[in-house]
Amino acid sequence: MSVDPGLASLSNQLVAAALVGYSLAFVGYAVRAAFGVRVPEAGQPTPVPDAGQPARRAVALASVGAAAVGAAAVGAAAVGAASGDGTAGIGDTAAGSPPRGGLPAGLSEDRPAGGTEDRSDRVRRFGVRAGRLAVVLTILAWLIHAGALVTRGLSVHRLPWGNMYEFTLALTWAAVGAFLLVLARYRQQALGLLGVFVMIPVLLALGLAITVLYVAAAPLVPALHSYWLAIHVTAAIIATGVFTVATAATVMFLVADHYASAERQGRPVRLAALARLMPNAAVLDRLAYRAYALAFPIWTFAVVAGAIWAEYAWGHYWQWDPKETWAFITWVVYAGYLHARATAGWRGRKAAYVALFGFATVLFNFFVVNIFISGMHSYAGV
Amino acid sequence: MTDLSESRTDRVAPDAAAVRDHVQLTGEGVTVAETAEGVMVAETDDGAAAAETDEFGTRQRVRRPAVASLLAVLRWAWYSLTSMRTALILLFLLALAAIPGSILPQRGGANPAAVTAFFSRHPTLAPILDHLGVFNVYGSAWFAAVYLLLFISLAGCVVPRAFRHAAMLRIPPPPTPRHLHRLPAYRRWETTLPARDAIRAAQQVLARRRFRIRVDDRTPAVSAERGQLRETGNLVFHIALLVVLLGIAVTSGFGFTGTVILKEHDTFADTQIAYDSFSAGRMVNVGALPPFTFTLDAFRASFVESGPTRGAAADYRATVTWQPRPGAPMRTSEISVNHPLTVDGVNVYLTGHGYAPHFRIRDGSGRVFDETVPFLPRDGVFTSQGVVKLPDAKPQQLGISGFFLPTAAADPVTGQPISIFPAPDNPVVVLGVFGGNLGLDSGVPQSVYTLDTTKMHLLGKGILRPGQTLTLPDGQGSVTFVGFSDFAAFQLTRDPGKPIVLVAISLAIAGLLVSLGIRRWRVWVRAAENEAGRTVVEVGGLPRTDASGGFTEAFARLAEELRRRTDAADAATDGESDGVMRIGAGSRRDDGVS
Repeated sequence: MSVDPGLASLSNQLVAAALVGYSLAFVGYAVRAAFGVRVPEAGQPTPVPDAGQPARRAVALASVGAAAVGAAAVGAAAVGAASGDGTAGIGDTAAGSPPRGGLPAGLSEDRPAGGTEDRSDRVRRFGVRAGRLAVVLTILAWLIHAGALVTRGLSVHRLPWGNMYEFTLALTWAAVGAFLLVLARYRQQALGLLGVFVMIPVLLALGLAITVLYVAAAPLVPALHSYWLAIHVTAAIIATGVFTVATAATVMFLVADHYASAERQGRPVRLAALARLMPNAAVLDRLAYRAYALAFPIWTFAVVAGAIWAEYAWGHYWQWDPKETWAFITWVVYAGYLHARATAGWRGRKAAYVALFGFATVLFNFFVVNIFISGMHSYAGV
Repeated sequence: MTDLSESRTDRVAPDAAAVRDHVQLTGEGVTVAETAEGVMVAETDDGAAAAETDEFGTRQRVRRPAVASLLAVLRWAWYSLTSMRTALILLFLLALAAIPGSILPQRGGANPAAVTAFFSRHPTLAPILDHLGVFNVYGSAWFAAVYLLLFISLAGCVVPRAFRHAAMLRIPPPPTPRHLHRLPAYRRWETTLPARDAIRAAQQVLARRRFRIRVDDRTPAVSAERGQLRETGNLVFHIALLVVLLGIAVTSGFGFTGTVILKEHDTFADTQIAYDSFSAGRMVNVGALPPFTFTLDAFRASFVESGPTRGAAADYRATVTWQPRPGAPMRTSEISVNHPLTVDGVNVYLTGHGYAPHFRIRDGSGRVFDETVPFLPRDGVFTSQGVVKLPDAKPQQLGISGFFLPTAAADPVTGQPISIFPAPDNPVVVLGVFGGNLGLDSGVPQSVYTLDTTKMHLLGKGILRPGQTLTLPDGQGSVTFVGFSDFAAFQLTRDPGKPIVLVAISLAIAGLLVSLGIRRWRVWVRAAENEAGRTVVEVGGLPRTDASGGFTEAFARLAEELRRRTDAADAATDGESDGVMRIGAGSRRDDGVS
């Protein structure tokens, strides 16, 4: 079985194309987050929600939002400068904040205000379009990404997850897939901001993959020749991908919760405009929990499948190899998260920190253990 | 048609019914009140201990006893240990305790020699660390203390909870609370259907959705509950984890593992002394190991001959003749990498192989030694290193240190002989022969794979093909490379707890999927006639587990179906719904993103 160099280089080109697609999508999500929400007129009260209808979200100043989303949205900032002519003060928007506690599920809505179309509405429509485009770009890039995995696999006649480069390609693909699943499931435009938070780690990981971790397509060392590779590593990839999206939601939850609690206590907050962009904290928390609850059994299965494979290959199902140990630590920490959510005094922020710590152990296992600590998994190669 | 729908969602808070259940289940002498977090605080009459428990009676955090009797303190200690908060802390301790073992070399790990290396690198630090047991973390007392405490805490929590759950499964859902509108989710509407028919329709809807149902004909009302399987799965998961620990304990008590290297035609008899390395559990009688024997008849390795993976092992297998006990009939089997031989509960794995060159050595006195010694492969092309020690050689002890190269070729740069392929296509040995004192009598144990040449001097060196002889100067003898045979490395393991662990872990995963995938909630429907002669239907919902979300949506869907089914006009036509009711995030709506 030899390597097909043509397919291998096609795979590399597809990865680059996917990376470009994701980058553009990232900008799109940022623009969407910054402009795709309605800006109230200065001094104008926020519309009172109809009975039985979720409250409409008051919305931030576009230009401040763009600044908050950061330098990444360079294009966005340019437009923001053109439109952000100081229509409302920051203190103003705080007055029109939605009832966060009463409506746990209330996500921001954005319907055009009463018939009059003004400049901010045009900006908003631009933002919404950017958001739509970002989703289309994400889907396209994700399909290209899938193509990259398939061609890589075909070029070496095996599943393309035999080394860190391939594993990174696969798990970013899984993460974007999980994100698209969330979008399809929730159909909530405010989750566009989640796109920003998901694309950041995806872009970083992919960038790292093609620069530092890249290895040319090569056949697998024989020790990895087993259908357990498919089972064990696939489960690990899916779980890691879902954990990534869950972590993005958790980070957003912490930000949103920070603003929500500041608001409840009447404390002034920095970057208040960013607060307006945040979906409801409770929704984010629940979204994150669902993702963790999905990924945790998959992770459990990945660890168990690894143990079974180890039993076949090494004669011991558990040897406290560093990689095994850290997979176990991850498992224990996420188990801690699931329990924390059911424990008085640990719900909310504390549980969220536990979950973030869980993802830190995943990252440690992937980067530090793979590269710096030798063990029986070492021959998986960088 | 008028729609009087009214919908409301609140933060999850236990209702009166839930609290009442709890009192029933907790027993007499305990009062329960709810806290802001939806947790119940149980206070015993004597004020001895106070604990916050969740709906399943699992304590979350425990307050110190007001009365300082021994019993109260013991009870407080037990409650504290089995509380959720303690379990959480122990979980984090377990994660923390596992870390040093992944960073520092471990005696029981894949590379025990790394510990020795660490000692020589850090001569002062290493003994201190060793006292703390960090070179054998997973066998250390403090690691065991953490996981044993965790499992005791788990057992103390889960076992009573299992009994409580079993009792819960037998009692019907609680009766309908008076103030349905105080529940976290609520909806009401009017219909022309008589109250009893409305309840019957609701009952059908709920039954179809597999709710457990209790009908109250007087009111009339129906109580419904579903998702008990969630708690069942949760309990199965946790109890299965306890069984996993049991399986591990069985293995560590009754299991053993050892390694042995056999050259072709060598025979292994299962006694402790025959192993190259051996470790056994406390309960193993090492004097009475299973009395089987096996002989390595032949070993075959084949390698990929061409292509980019050239030199990789394509296959290797050992043919062995074995006997379960002396006098039993001999049987022949093949052992390959993924196919161990199982004899008497012992698995024999083939873990490695290599070459054992055969030397005929003549010492200075003319005595001839025939030695076939395994040389350990150092790399993928089986450059193998080994040592022959002849302590009985005269007039001085002899030692040979050398390399076996299965397919030798000259290095294109240095011209030195190197191995280029793992199969023995052009076998060569590269030798150095030493005379002097092997240092075996110094009392320090020596590896059979290294030669201590500090008290020896080089007598001669050479590169030999099979049949060639290296003659040592001054009549000190000669070394002939006669040929070579294959050796195979075996690992023998008895792991009696393994089937227990496998079954338990499978159950744990199944339990986990059930417990994280099922929603547990209660629904009450009540119908009553109002002054206008129309029937007012009220429905209230209560999520019964930490909201994994979706309760609001699920309630909205159920309430909508109930409304349609209890609407006289709609019930007749089973027609479309105007579906104006929306609750929170449940409202699916197309927007900019999708």
